Amino acid sequence: MSIKIAGVGKKFGNFTALEDIDLDIATGELTALLGPSGGGKSTLLRIVAGLEVADLGSVEIEGVDATGLPARRRNVGFVFQHYAAFRHLNVAGNVAFGLKIRKWPRREIKARVAELLELVHLSQFADRLPAQLSGGQRQRMALARALAIEPSVLLLDEPFGALDANVRRELRAWLRRLHDEVHVTTVFVTHDQEEALEVADRIVVINHGRIEQIGPPHELYDHPTSEFVMSFLGPVTTLDGHLVRPHDLEIETHPFPDAYPGRIQRFNRVGFEVRLDIQLTEDEAAPPALVTLNRAAATAKALELGMPVWIAPVAGASQVRITTPVASGAEDLDLSTADSVPQPTFT
Amino acid sequence: MADTAVSRTATRWTLRVLVVGYLMLLVIWPVALVARETFARGLAPVIDALRQPEVIFAFQLTLSAAFWAVVINTIFGVGISLLLVRYTFPGRRTLNALVDLPLAVSPVVVGLSLVLVYSGRTGWLGGSLEQAGLQVIYAPPGIILATAFVSMPLVIREVVPVLQEIGTEQEQAATSLGASGLQTFARITLPAIRWALLYGVVLSLARSLGEFGAVKIVSGGVAMRTQTATLLVEERYQQFGVENSIIAYTAAFILALIAVLALVVVTSFRPDKGASQ
Repeated sequence: MSIKIAGVGKKFGNFTALEDIDLDIATGELTALLGPSGGGKSTLLRIVAGLEVADLGSVEIEGVDATGLPARRRNVGFVFQHYAAFRHLNVAGNVAFGLKIRKWPRREIKARVAELLELVHLSQFADRLPAQLSGGQRQRMALARALAIEPSVLLLDEPFGALDANVRRELRAWLRRLHDEVHVTTVFVTHDQEEALEVADRIVVINHGRIEQIGPPHELYDHPTSEFVMSFLGPVTTLDGHLVRPHDLEIETHPFPDAYPGRIQRFNRVGFEVRLDIQLTEDEAAPPALVTLNRAAATAKALELGMPVWIAPVAGASQVRITTPVASGAEDLDLSTADSVPQPTFT
Repeated sequence: MADTAVSRTATRWTLRVLVVGYLMLLVIWPVALVARETFARGLAPVIDALRQPEVIFAFQLTLSAAFWAVVINTIFGVGISLLLVRYTFPGRRTLNALVDLPLAVSPVVVGLSLVLVYSGRTGWLGGSLEQAGLQVIYAPPGIILATAFVSMPLVIREVVPVLQEIGTEQEQAATSLGASGLQTFARITLPAIRWALLYGVVLSLARSLGEFGAVKIVSGGVAMRTQTATLLVEERYQQFGVENSIIAYTAAFILALIAVLALVVVTSFRPDKGASQ
């Protein structure tokens, strides 16, 4: 185990940021801490880095108890959301900083900096000041700076949060490739489920200061153990007291076994996708269920507004039983509404 | 369209004339008159005045008092700024308000309060200091104290906004890269605040050279012992004789010249706000 977190708790005044966190992170793994903002994931990362002190519990890095160790002795690479570039130093100076502190010989620093700038594709920018770089370039510089000290673990706090969507996607794929190349144990914090699903080997979902679920991306997506994880990792809708993914609902214009009859109440075409609100005829009071299918399938079935239809979850669809009432059923429960989902009371 | 353009031009010119006129009457003309009076009889009397031992002594005393006051204010100014920006503690707001006190309180009051504390005969700390062999009031240490008091806010008020603006992330990054507190300060914090600090230092130097009221009370103003340049100006100005007024004007002119030079140098060195980012 590269990082061993045991019984960690942290309060800010009356606010409980983290409660009794146990987490082991294997050497060489790329782990995502995923959750809504204010859920405690950044605090946990900062506690591992030593930038924040836990009230309770212990942190072990590479078999060494780091709980009382100051940040500068933990040999941890940390990348901040807003880059934290040293503004008065050029790119090479930024990357060399940790090595100069470690009193490396000048020639070796030069060689190491050149090697790292090569790795992050910034070789031709070595003499630029951070102010002369784009956001993506600055973040790559910050990554090279963190990697320069050959850290035992690399921690990234919302590393792509301040970048625009395209650069974000690019850097995400690049980080994955970089990790396959460098293989340093990496933990990154994100509130973007797509980012976590795409990049991570393992996802730790954190909400209200607690770990909700840990597992590989596909497992969390397919077998969520709580309403929260189900709705945070992807779109959900309600059908007969269960959360179901809208793309896991089969829709036909004729009855079929175990199907619920209903009527198309809303027909909304978004790009390649068709979104349908289905009002169930058996339970008029229930919020309509959302069904998504691609445009070709919708055309093939000749679906139209107001048409009677039958819907049922496909075989093997992930479902979670609802134990607490959900505010709105038909809306696509994505990131923007995930915060309002009540914390589940079961595990 | 044409009408508004004309009226806008008219407004702009009115404003310009007003501002320039105001500065002319309040600052430029009076200071220019000092220069004219200084050189009214040519260069020779000015050079004579500058050779007077009282004048040389007064400027030496002023410069050394200003130097020490600036050193004190730089060290404590940076320390207090860091305290105000980086830490929360009970009484922080009070401290923040206290820092501005020297700007608000009359220097004469400052002088009197220092006498109350440090006077050898009546001050509650002065007696014991004097027994230990350190005379404060009517001596250079008092002059330095008074000068430092009066110019204290200038460094802090320049440095605090910059510290707030740069935030703590760079310092945290340095720490996580292995830097100690001192290394972080020397390599990250200090370079980030260097222009603000320099500007504050020069402002407080200019202010220190010109301090009069507080220094007058704590120093006693004895020629060749505790008389600074500003006190010399006042004394000579009130005495009779052309020679005395030339000395007064010469000293005043040099004080003004140093202040203006300092500001010009700093303004030309200081990069634009955008470039320092």
